[in-house]
Amino acid sequence: MNKTQTPLVDIRELSISFGGIKAVDHVSLDLYPGEVVGLLGHNGAGKSTLIKMLSGAYQKDSGEIWIDGKKADIRTPRDSRDQNIETIYQTLALADNLDAASNLFLGRELTTPLGFVDDGRMEAETRKIMARLNPNFKKIKEPVSALSGGQRQSVAIARAVYFKAKILIMDEPTAALGVHETKMVADLIKELKSQGLGIFLISHDTREMMELCDRVAVMKNGKLIGIERVEDVTEDDILSMIIMGKNPKKAA
Amino acid sequence: MTDTNTDQSPATQTPSANPVTRFLRATEIDTRLLGMVGALLLIWLGFHLTGYYKNGFAAFLTPRNLWNLSVQTSSIGIMATGMVLVIVTRHIDLSVGSILGFAAIVMGVLQVNILPQYLGLGHPLIWIIAVVAGLLVGALVGAFHGWLIAYLTIPAFIVTLGGLLVWRGVAFLVARGETISPVDPTFSLLGGGPYGAVGATGSWIVGLLASVAILWILVSSRKRRAAHGFVQRPVWAEGVLAVLGCGAVIGSVLLVNAYTWPKGIVRQYAAANNITVPPEGLLISYGFAIPVLIMIGVGIAMTILMTRTRFGRYVFAIGGNPEAAALAGINTRWMTVKIFALMGMLAGLSAVVASARLGSATNALGTLDELYVIAAAVIGGTSLAGGVGTIYGAILGALVMQSLQTGMVLIGFDSAMQQIVVGTVLVLAVFIDNRYRSKSK
Repeated sequence: MNKTQTPLVDIRELSISFGGIKAVDHVSLDLYPGEVVGLLGHNGAGKSTLIKMLSGAYQKDSGEIWIDGKKADIRTPRDSRDQNIETIYQTLALADNLDAASNLFLGRELTTPLGFVDDGRMEAETRKIMARLNPNFKKIKEPVSALSGGQRQSVAIARAVYFKAKILIMDEPTAALGVHETKMVADLIKELKSQGLGIFLISHDTREMMELCDRVAVMKNGKLIGIERVEDVTEDDILSMIIMGKNPKKAA
Repeated sequence: MTDTNTDQSPATQTPSANPVTRFLRATEIDTRLLGMVGALLLIWLGFHLTGYYKNGFAAFLTPRNLWNLSVQTSSIGIMATGMVLVIVTRHIDLSVGSILGFAAIVMGVLQVNILPQYLGLGHPLIWIIAVVAGLLVGALVGAFHGWLIAYLTIPAFIVTLGGLLVWRGVAFLVARGETISPVDPTFSLLGGGPYGAVGATGSWIVGLLASVAILWILVSSRKRRAAHGFVQRPVWAEGVLAVLGCGAVIGSVLLVNAYTWPKGIVRQYAAANNITVPPEGLLISYGFAIPVLIMIGVGIAMTILMTRTRFGRYVFAIGGNPEAAALAGINTRWMTVKIFALMGMLAGLSAVVASARLGSATNALGTLDELYVIAAAVIGGTSLAGGVGTIYGAILGALVMQSLQTGMVLIGFDSAMQQIVVGTVLVLAVFIDNRYRSKSK
C-alpha cells in the first residue's frame, strides 16, 4: 500500500454519544484506494456506529471526515452517496415488497424525459449487472422477499457496483449467508479491491478478516484499540485486542 | 399462478385448468382483479335474483340502479384511492369523514354566505373558488396530521382519531350546526343528477377516448418491451386484452345511455329550452355522471402516481421497509406529510361531490365514511401490514361496499341487517385475501 498518496477516507477524531454514553470516542482511521480495512470488536464496541456516521445514518457530534483530501460534510444518507460511498447493511436494507430493479435504483430511479420512472430501462440495467455479478440470479421481476439471503445480498452489492462507488462499507455482509454465498461475497470483495475501491469491512469472523483485509482496526467501548497490518499480527493478537482491549504490540 | 376459485370467473371459461393458467399467464391479468370482478358480478346477480324471487321485482341489474350505484360509489371511491397510500405506508387515517364534513361546511359557508356578497349570486367564479377552498382545507388539515405523525412521532391512529373528533366539532362550530343550502347551481352539477351528467354524446366521446387510451397503452407497452428485448405477450393475448378493455368501456357507455331522464325533468328541460315534447315522449340519456368521471379521473391519476412516479415508488418502499427507504436517501417524514396532505385533499374532493349531490352542506356529512373508506381499501387488497395495495382494487372495493348496501336496501333488509352483512363481508374478504396471498407465495 502506498501510504504517500492521499487517503480515500480520513476519519479524524470522530465522536458521537447517545444519552451520555460515548458510543464512538475520538476515533481516527484512514482508508486507501484498493485497500480493505476490517473493523473488529464486540457487539456494542462502536463499529457499526462509526460506520453509520460515514454513511449518513447518524450525525457526528465532533470530529472531521475527509474524503479524497477534501473535508466532507455528511449529514444524510444522500450526502454520503454524493461522496461515492455505498453501504451494505447488516440488516440488508431492502424493501421486501419491491423487485430487484426497484431496490437497486431506490432513491436514484432512472426516469423518462417526462419524469416518470423508467421501469423497462431499470430492469434491463439490472439484468446486465446481475449477469456479471451473479449469473444464477433470475428473479428480476419478483419481490426480493422471494429471494435467498445471498441473492438479496447481491442486490445490495449490485447497487454499489452499478453506481460506481469508490468507498464501500460492508457491515457483516456474510452474517446471513451460507458457505457458498459467503465465498461469492469474498470473491467479489477481492475483485472490487483490485478495481481500486476502498472497503471498510465489519465482521465477527476473525479468520475471514485475516484473509480478506489489509489492515484490521479493533474497537472496544467506543475507543480504537489499535490498527495493525494483518501480516504483522496473529489471530491470537487480534483476539486479545478484542477481549482485553489492549494492543499486545504496544504493551511489549 | 395457483388454481384458486378466482380463476372461475366468466372471462376464463375454458375446459380444463391448464388452458386457464396459460391464458392468465399470457394475458398477464392479475388474478386478484379477476377474483374481485367475479365477486362483484356474483353480488350483483345475487341481489338481482333475490329481488326477483322475494319481491317479484328484479331491480338491481337495471340501468337506473347501476347508474345510481356509480354515483353513490364516487365519494367513497375517491377517498379510498388516497387511503391506499396511507395504509401502504403502514399508517391509518380515521379522520377522512370528519375532514369531509369540515371541508363541506367551509365550501357551503363560502358559496352561500360569503362569496355572493362580493361577487353577486350565481357568479361563475363562485363554484371554482369554493372547490379550490375545499381542496385546500382538506390538504392543509391532512398536512397538519401528517406533520404531527412524522415530526412529533405521534401514532397515526391517535392523531387521526383526535382529528375525527376535532374536525367534526369544528365543522359544527363554523355553521353553529345549521344546514347550509342551497349550494351554487354550477357547483351542484358536480354531484350528479340529470343535469350533472354528460349526456349520450358526451358519454360516447368519453368512451371513445378511453378506448383509444387502452389501445395506446397496449401498443406502447409492446414497444417498450421490444426495445429492451423482454418477453412479449402473444398477439392473441393482446387482442383479448384490447377486446375486453374496449368492450367494458363501450358496455358502460351503452349502460349509462340506456338510463333516461324521468318525464318530469324532460318537461322542465323542454319548457326551459322551448322544445316541444312529442306525444310519445322525449328520451334524453343521462350518460356518465360528473362525479363518476371525477372518480375515474382520480383513479387514473393516482394509478399513474403510484406506478409511474418516484413518489409512488417511495410510498411502496416505505411500506416495505421504512428503514431501508430512509437509508436509500428518501425523506420518509416529508413523504408522510405529503401522503396525508394528499389524503386530506381527496377528502376535500369527496366533500365537493357529497355536498353537491346533497345540494347542501351539513356538519354531519361524511359521518362514518372513514370506516367505509378503510373497508373499501382493505377489501380491494391493500394490506394493513403495509407495502401492498392497488388503486383499482380500492375503487372496486368501494363498489363492492356500495353494491352491498344498495342491494340490501332494494331487497328490503333493514339497517341492522345491513350493518351485520357489511361487517361480515369485510372480515370474510380479508380472510380470503390472506389465504390467497399465502397460497400464491
